[in-house]
Formats: sequence, structure tokens, C-alpha cells
Amino acid sequence: MNTDLMKQLPAQWSTFGPGYDWLFYFIYWMSVVLFVGIIGTAMYLVVKYRRKPGVKAEPTGHNLVMELAWTVAPVVLLVLLFHWGFVGYVSLTSPPPDALDIRVRARKWSWDFEYPNGGHSQNAVTVPINRPVRFVMSSEDVLHAMFIPAFRVKRDVVPGMYSTLWFQATHAGDTRFFCAEYCGAADLPVMQPDGSVRDTGHFSMNGMVHIVPQSGWAPYLESILRAPSHDNGIEFTAAEWGEQLYTQQNCNTCHSVNGSPMTGPTWQGVFGHVVPLADGTQVTADENYIRRSILEPNAQVVRGFNPVMPSYQGSLTDRQLDALIAYIRMLR
Amino acid sequence: MATEVAIAPSHNEEPHLNVNYLKAEKGVWSWLTTLDHKRIGVMYLCSVTLAFFLGGMFALLIRLELLTPGRTIMGAATYNRVFTLHGAIMVFLFIIPSIPAALGNFVLPIMLGAKDVAFPRLNLMSLYIYVIGAVFCLFSIVSGAVDTGWTFYTPYSTTSSSSVVSMTLGVFILGFSSILTGLNFIVTIHKLRAPGMHWRRLPLFVWGMYATSVIQVLATPVLAITLALLAAERLLGLGIFDASLGGDPVLFQHFFWFYSHPAVYIMIVPGMAIVSELFATFSRRAIFGYFAIAMSSLGLALLGFLVWGHHMFTSGQSEFATMVFSGLTMLVAIPSGVKVFNWTATLYKGSIWLATPMLYALSFLVLFTIGGLTGLFLGTLSVDIHLHDTYFVVAHFHYVMMGGTVMAFVGGLLYWWPKITGKLYNEPAAKVSWAFVFVGFNAVFIAQFIMGSRGMPRRYYDYVPEFRPYHAFSTYGSWVLAVGFFILAGVLVQSLLRGAKAPPNPWGSAGFEWNTASPPVFSNFIDTPTITRGPYDYHEATEEELFDGFPEDFKKTES
Repeated sequence: MNTDLMKQLPAQWSTFGPGYDWLFYFIYWMSVVLFVGIIGTAMYLVVKYRRKPGVKAEPTGHNLVMELAWTVAPVVLLVLLFHWGFVGYVSLTSPPPDALDIRVRARKWSWDFEYPNGGHSQNAVTVPINRPVRFVMSSEDVLHAMFIPAFRVKRDVVPGMYSTLWFQATHAGDTRFFCAEYCGAADLPVMQPDGSVRDTGHFSMNGMVHIVPQSGWAPYLESILRAPSHDNGIEFTAAEWGEQLYTQQNCNTCHSVNGSPMTGPTWQGVFGHVVPLADGTQVTADENYIRRSILEPNAQVVRGFNPVMPSYQGSLTDRQLDALIAYIRMLR
Repeated sequence: MATEVAIAPSHNEEPHLNVNYLKAEKGVWSWLTTLDHKRIGVMYLCSVTLAFFLGGMFALLIRLELLTPGRTIMGAATYNRVFTLHGAIMVFLFIIPSIPAALGNFVLPIMLGAKDVAFPRLNLMSLYIYVIGAVFCLFSIVSGAVDTGWTFYTPYSTTSSSSVVSMTLGVFILGFSSILTGLNFIVTIHKLRAPGMHWRRLPLFVWGMYATSVIQVLATPVLAITLALLAAERLLGLGIFDASLGGDPVLFQHFFWFYSHPAVYIMIVPGMAIVSELFATFSRRAIFGYFAIAMSSLGLALLGFLVWGHHMFTSGQSEFATMVFSGLTMLVAIPSGVKVFNWTATLYKGSIWLATPMLYALSFLVLFTIGGLTGLFLGTLSVDIHLHDTYFVVAHFHYVMMGGTVMAFVGGLLYWWPKITGKLYNEPAAKVSWAFVFVGFNAVFIAQFIMGSRGMPRRYYDYVPEFRPYHAFSTYGSWVLAVGFFILAGVLVQSLLRGAKAPPNPWGSAGFEWNTASPPVFSNFIDTPTITRGPYDYHEATEEELFDGFPEDFKKTES
């Protein structure tokens, strides 16, 4: 058998990789030592004290010190594991502010990736090497999850909210992403874009991550605008569309974009900042907060303003919401 | 004291009560209307065995389909139904009732020195509720089956065209059976202990059943509410979980795991309870750290309620919640470790008899230790992110549920088999079946650990070619495992048909359930026993109590 088949982890290609693999193998070897210690002891005892004619078992005694020791000793290891795991998790959930945003939309059973210039790709995504990339993800139907084993990242994609995932690739080349949250299958095989007929479902919702050198990134972005598949009919980026919606939907009657408060808070410099709320709590203005503020305006009202905004639930599409959020994000 | 009232009268005047419970009454009707906990236990045993067989067949179909990439024997939609049915049947129809309702029903009252459980009619009712629930589940299979996974995650389950409602209704009904069994055991343990059966003398099996029953009574109603909400969402479109109506799909996961994580302990704590009995009997000495093992069962029952969020580290729950759940999850390692260390220490200076039940108990020790240690990977936050929803998780919970609970169940079944049936089984053949089961099980799931951490997601009908060797190896293992279980079935059938008559205490155990005849008389004991020592006090028990032959032969050995 190929020895590579016995490796516990695949090749790692992101900045999370080295730390992740170190912690994984630490737990792995710690488990091996504990397993051999415990089971080795048990097997030794089974052989040594196997039933022999005329030899009786000795009565069981007590050993409070030993009992306390094996109750308390694991705590040290557990605290260490918790700490390291938590530190790793914090970095997994804290994208740098300058991360490149790619908007990811999942549906049964395909992925759509929208780049900052408005271009799209389906079931394959291209990212630049050595640059933080953030996926802002939503689902159009059921739960999905974005899983890129080589980057050691995974995040559920949930309808009705945005979830985010970030990484910084350290290696140019191709690696695979998968859907990791069960999302069903078509009853019968489905005709694919390439004309073949295949079973389609959760298991087929995977594709390639192409990691290109920095020099290849700008040409790639240009190429997707020229691609024949770029037929979404929108000649501008999401943020540009959001700017148009800002006046078309009359957002501008209550919200300024130059920092001056009107009936509602200004959009300038809001995104990514901590906002004080009327109920005394605080919230970070991220995609989910902005989305909620449009759909349920009175749920989290900014301090100093009155809850007078009408709900846009049902009157804005998900794409329009995305565009408005992209615009507000641009104004930060 | 209430216990004394409950167990009067002390001697049976009615002669039929002193007859072997299998022969006390005749005919099918006497079984269907019986209030005898032993007969109810036997009927549960037959039911859960049938469920295990059915769930096992679905498991073999899953493995066969995954032998090669692409279509091997079935289409994708069928595959999704098959793995859902494997999970739902194994969890709800097999593992949850297996040890408590089948073996627990039979053994627990006898261990306490009681004639029956506290509420025999409720006990029979729980069996009928189980059967009705099972019928709804089976109906869903013939009416198009379910393709949601046993977890019924929304919004997939509210939009799937498969027969989700009849399956959830079946599981909803099964929950009541589980609640009634738990309630019955709690009252029985509190009220029906024989004179002298102090809490400190309670067999560890009973302690485990007590902890399990508390979880069953407290957690199962939450599952019922969750499934009722799911059905209402599907039928009426309430919008509790549906994001397009302002609901929250992740809320369902919180509700579901608030039951289903404690349910993990409904499944594993009884297994630990059996293993404690087996270690004592086959080491011929008291279990080391009796009090610690008893309390660790209760500790697991309590902690089980506080860690549901560890199933949702990638779900989008808040980072703060994720941190808290990771910390609490780490605590589970402490009571689990206490048990493993105490069992190992019990072997020290024992007189260890490697009978088949003990081989299963030692298998539990090995496999549960692997299951527990791999749990450390999953409790550690950043490490879990990569492993979540991969085959690593599948392998981890099979090591706990199957390597743990099923090994303990089979060990317990063989251990109490002579008591239940009055027949001995063929030891060498049982050892052969154990070897197949142990080797086959490890082959199936070791391969799954490796492919999981290498990135193979779970619930995949098809896979990329690099995972093929692992899938093939796992499938070959499943055949070895199946051979082991078929040999075991043959051993048990052979014992029923041609097995030698069993003496009251074939293992020479100091446990109280071995003081009765094999099989027990209808009323368990001819005279109400008075307990004067603990269940593991081998050095206080008399030679006669520990004698492993027939009582009449003991007198010969004396003379």
C-alpha cells in the first residue's frame, strides 16, 4: 500500500495549515500514548492475573490518592486542548479587514461565486495566493456547508443569513472543495452542462479551488467578465447596483452617505464598526446586522433614533439586499 | 419503611408463582397480556434484535454501494433513504431501547430482589407503544421512506418530498415508550429494593439504569416537542424554522441536539453499566472505585444536558456559545476516564476468566477508549472545524455507539442468556463469533477515521477516486463483521434448540440475580430475599452462593 494512504491529513495549503496540523498530531500522538498505556496495562493484567487453579482473587482495596489523581490529572490536558483549540478557532473566525470578498451562493446542487468586479464562476473558484480571501455565503434553499480540506476550513451555509469563512492560500495549484452538510439528491440522474447524464446531489456538489499567483489574479478577473457564461445582465458591480437602489428604493430620504444623521443613521463609516443600540447593548455592523436592519428594522434600533422604518421583507430580493450591503460596505 | 410495605407478602402461597416464568402460563395470549417484567423483557429483546437485523442489513447495503465510486447497486435517492433508515432504526428502534428495555427489564427487578417493576401495566403499555411507534416507522419505509438523515435537519426536512411525517410520528410515539420505561425504573429503584439493599449496595448496573432513566424522563419530551413542531411546520407552514417566513433553521438543531445529545448517554451509560457487572464477575473481585463509577454515571447524565452545542461548531451559532460548549465538552472526558481507569484497576490481582462476555467487556474497554480519545479531536474547537461532518465523526460515534453499546449489549446478552433462557450456549463457537465481530468492526471504522481526516465528507453517495481504497477496505470489513453476527445468531439459536440446561449461577457470580433459578420462577424469588452484603463482595459470599453447578451437586462436593 502507498504509504501516503496512511497519512491522517491531506496536504495543507493555507496559513491555518501548520498550526492545525501541529495540534491535530499533538492530540493524535497523545491519544496513541494514552491508548497504549491504558490498554497495554489492561492486557498485561489480563495475562498476569488470568484464572489459575487454586489461586483466588484478592479482595479489592481503596486508593483515594490514585482515584483523585486520575480524576484531576486529565484536567490539565483538557484545559490545554481547550485553550489551543479556542485560539485556533478565534483566528478561523477573524478575517483581516482587508480580505478580498467573494460572494458565495449555494443551492441544490451547485455553487455560484461572485467576484468583486461583478464576474461569476460556477462550481469552481479562483483565488489569489498569499492574500486573505473571505467567502460571504448564503443559501437559496436548504443547509449546505463549504469545506476546503487543504485549507482546514469549513462553514455551514444557512438560508436567511450570511455566514463567512476566510483563508489565505500559501500554495498555487488546484485543490477540491466539498459540500459538507447533507442536502439531498435528485431522484433521477440529471443532464449536466457538458451534456453528460450523472447522479446529482449532495455528493456531487464539489469543485475545484484554483489558486493563482498574484500576477494571474487581475487577468483572471478580466477574463470572467468576457466569459460567455457572464450573462447576468448587470453591467456593474454589486456595490454600484446598491448605489442605484439607494435612490430607487428611497433609502436616501432617511439615510445620508456623507456622515450627517437624518431620520435614520448615516451609512458612511458604519460597516464593520461597533454600533450602540437603543436597548443599551452593542452590535458589530456586519452583513447579518445590515440584512436584519432592512428586513426587521425595529429589532435592533441604533441609539438616538426612533423605530420608524418600515420593513422591506418581501419587497427586496436577496440579490438586491446583497447589492445594498455591498454599497454600505464600500462606504466604510 | 415504604420498601417493606411494597414487598410484602414475603412468601408465595400460590403455587403457580413458584414455576419457571416461561411455563407459568401457556399460550400466545398469556404473553401478549403478561405483566411479568421478564416476559416483557424477552418480547423487547426479540423486537430490538429484529430492529438490529434490519438496521444491520441497511448498513451492509450502504457499504456495498460505497464499494466502488459511482453507482454500484442503487441510485443516489435510494442511497439517501437507506442511510437514513439505517440511522433512524439503529438509534430509535435498537440502541435506545436495547439495554434498558430488554436486558434492564429482565434483570433490574431481580437485582433489587423485587417481584416486578413498580408499574407492571405501564411496562406492558410501553412495549405496545414501542410496537405502534415501530409500525409507523416501518410504514414510512413502504410509503416512500425518508431521505433526511436521522437528524431531520430543517429546512431540508420541511421541504423533502419523502414521508417525513410518518417517520417523525413514529419517533414521537417511541419517545413515550422510552419515558415510561425510565419512569418505571426510577420508581422501582426507589421503592422496591429488598430489605438490606442499601443505595451503597446497589449493583452498578442499577446505578447506570438509574442515571439513564433520569435522562429518558427529562430529555425525551424535548424530542417530542421538536418533532411536533417539525410536523406542524411541514403541514401548516408555521414558519418557526423557515427563514423565508422569518424563522430560524438553526433553532431546529438546538432543539434536536438538546434531546439527542443526552440520548447519546441514554445509549452509552447502560453499556457502561453492563461492563461494570462483567468486569466484577469475570475478575472475581469487587469493582474498584464502586462509588466513583456510580457517581460518574450520574455525572455523565448531568453533563449530557450541557454539551448539545458541540454538534454545531460550524453551524453559525455564536462564537461565545461555541467556546462554552467546547469547554463543557472537555469535562465529559473526566467521568469517562474515571470509569476506564477503575475497570482497568479491577483487573489487578483478580482471577480473570476470559469467557465470551468478558471478551466483549474487554472489547468495550478497547473500543470505547478509542471512541473517547477521538472525541478529544472533536471537542477541540479548531480541530473539529476540519473534521466536522466527515467520516472521522462517523467512525468516532460508531466506536462509541457500536464499539461501546453494542459490544456491551452482546456481552450482557451472553452473560444473562443462561438466566433468561435457562440454557447454556456453545462457548468456543461464541468466541469465534467474537473474533469476527472485533476484527470486522475495527476494519470497517479504522478506514473511516483515515478517510475522514483526509477530507471525505459523510452522507456521500459518490466520492472522488482518491478515497476508493479506504471505502473498499471498510466494505470488506463490513462482511467480516456480518459473518461474526451470523455465527452469533447461530450460537443463540443452537442454544435455544439444543443447549444444555443452565445451573442457577453458571458464571459463579456474587450478583444477586444469580440467586434465583435459571430461568427464574414467575415471582423471581420463592422467598423475599434479605440482602446482607454488596453484589461484588466475593470474599463475603459463601461457597454455596458462588457455586457454578447445580445446587444438588454442591451438596455432593461437600460430602
